[in-house]
Amino acid sequence: MVAFAGAPTAEALWDVLATVLDPEVPVLSVVDLGIVRNIRVDATGTEVTVTPTYSGCPAIQVIERDIQSALERAGAFAPRIRTVFAPAWTSDWINPAAREKLRAYGIAPPGPRAATADPLVQLLKRTPLADVPCPYCGAAHTELRSAFGPTACKSIRYCPSCLQPFEAFKSI
Amino acid sequence: MGYGSIPDEPEFGAGSDAPAQVTPLSDARGHRVASITSGIAANAHVEYLLRLADDRLILGQRLSEWCGHAPILEEDIALANIALDLIGESSLLLEHAAALEGAGRSNDALAFLRDETAFRNVQLVELPNGDFAVTIVRLFLYSALQLPLLEALERSIDATLAGIAAKARKECTYHLRHGADWVLKLGDGTAESRARAQAALDYLWPYAHELTWGDAVDDAMTSEGIAIDVRTLNAAWRANVERIVQAATLTMPADGWKATGGRIGRHTEHLGHLLAEMQVLPRSHPGATW
Repeated sequence: MVAFAGAPTAEALWDVLATVLDPEVPVLSVVDLGIVRNIRVDATGTEVTVTPTYSGCPAIQVIERDIQSALERAGAFAPRIRTVFAPAWTSDWINPAAREKLRAYGIAPPGPRAATADPLVQLLKRTPLADVPCPYCGAAHTELRSAFGPTACKSIRYCPSCLQPFEAFKSI
Repeated sequence: MGYGSIPDEPEFGAGSDAPAQVTPLSDARGHRVASITSGIAANAHVEYLLRLADDRLILGQRLSEWCGHAPILEEDIALANIALDLIGESSLLLEHAAALEGAGRSNDALAFLRDETAFRNVQLVELPNGDFAVTIVRLFLYSALQLPLLEALERSIDATLAGIAAKARKECTYHLRHGADWVLKLGDGTAESRARAQAALDYLWPYAHELTWGDAVDDAMTSEGIAIDVRTLNAAWRANVERIVQAATLTMPADGWKATGGRIGRHTEHLGHLLAEMQVLPRSHPGATW
């Protein structure tokens, strides 16, 4: 097939998508976040597989549009996006460099995903939730103020050492 | 955008999670959903998805009514977040139902252009929010059943449903924790909060029974390996509810009358008013986009 001769390879497109930023966490790209799962270029076109973070994430439509236009600008051959829900997105897919970018931006990166635990048992036994270090002063102990934050993927915490409220990426 | 085709072959890059090895709900391995989407089974399948979706859509709509009105800012954000999760899940489920139905309707059409009697949600979720105690006890009762249900649906032979359930299960864990945490705080709190939490539980309990109501649709879904029979979750759900209720120093209400009918389109007077508000924009401006 020559229909796509000269069109960018999957490898080149990974670099292109690494410049597409998440609209709600503009310090991370869709590749950093692990939303882009796969890029396949073959005779039928360019297929990018994405897995949304949260079911109700209002950013996903913007993200898909941004990916599509980035692919078109890069000259990708017949680009299309396929959304796949299984396996479900996990914060473990955020790569280490991206975690450092988050921290530097003032958002605590997610800790390792905890083993699946019954939330009712945790509550009744008063099992402490994992602590999150302060992204500003590095203090090990901070307080959860709200499990829900300004976007679906973040919670709100407070650092008693430097008196700074901050957002923390949820571990899911 | 097609959500339907989950690949048979692993195509995710190195380092990504492989799908966990799970026991399917049916022994009919290799049994594809496409082979059963005809006749009664297909109708039951769509019907089942509507039940899952409509619970979420209506509860999400109710919770979103708190936006700007919650007792404290953090709670305003929490309830709006939970509403967003539920509406997002309903959107995916309705999209799947619309595709299986094959009548050319979109998920938006199913959400905004169906009338009251075509909705399949339990009556519990359409009741007005009441005070904060009613809102939070309802969220707790509902989420306490959804968690085990979603865990089972992750093993559905309907791969699209399984994928949606896997994602929703993670979200539900947060919802359940939030609801149960507040039930404990309200019940084991002041005399006022305790009285309100008990009144909310007494009011909602007759409606909560409908969460584990089942019929021939559940029978069909269970025999196909698409779903677990929700009736089999009743004892475990009830035990979980009782654990939290007791720890909250509240009293389980006696079983009396039990609400039924929502699953077959019989609703309270409250659903019509909710739909009028939810549907007015797309009905007044058909096809409007932004």
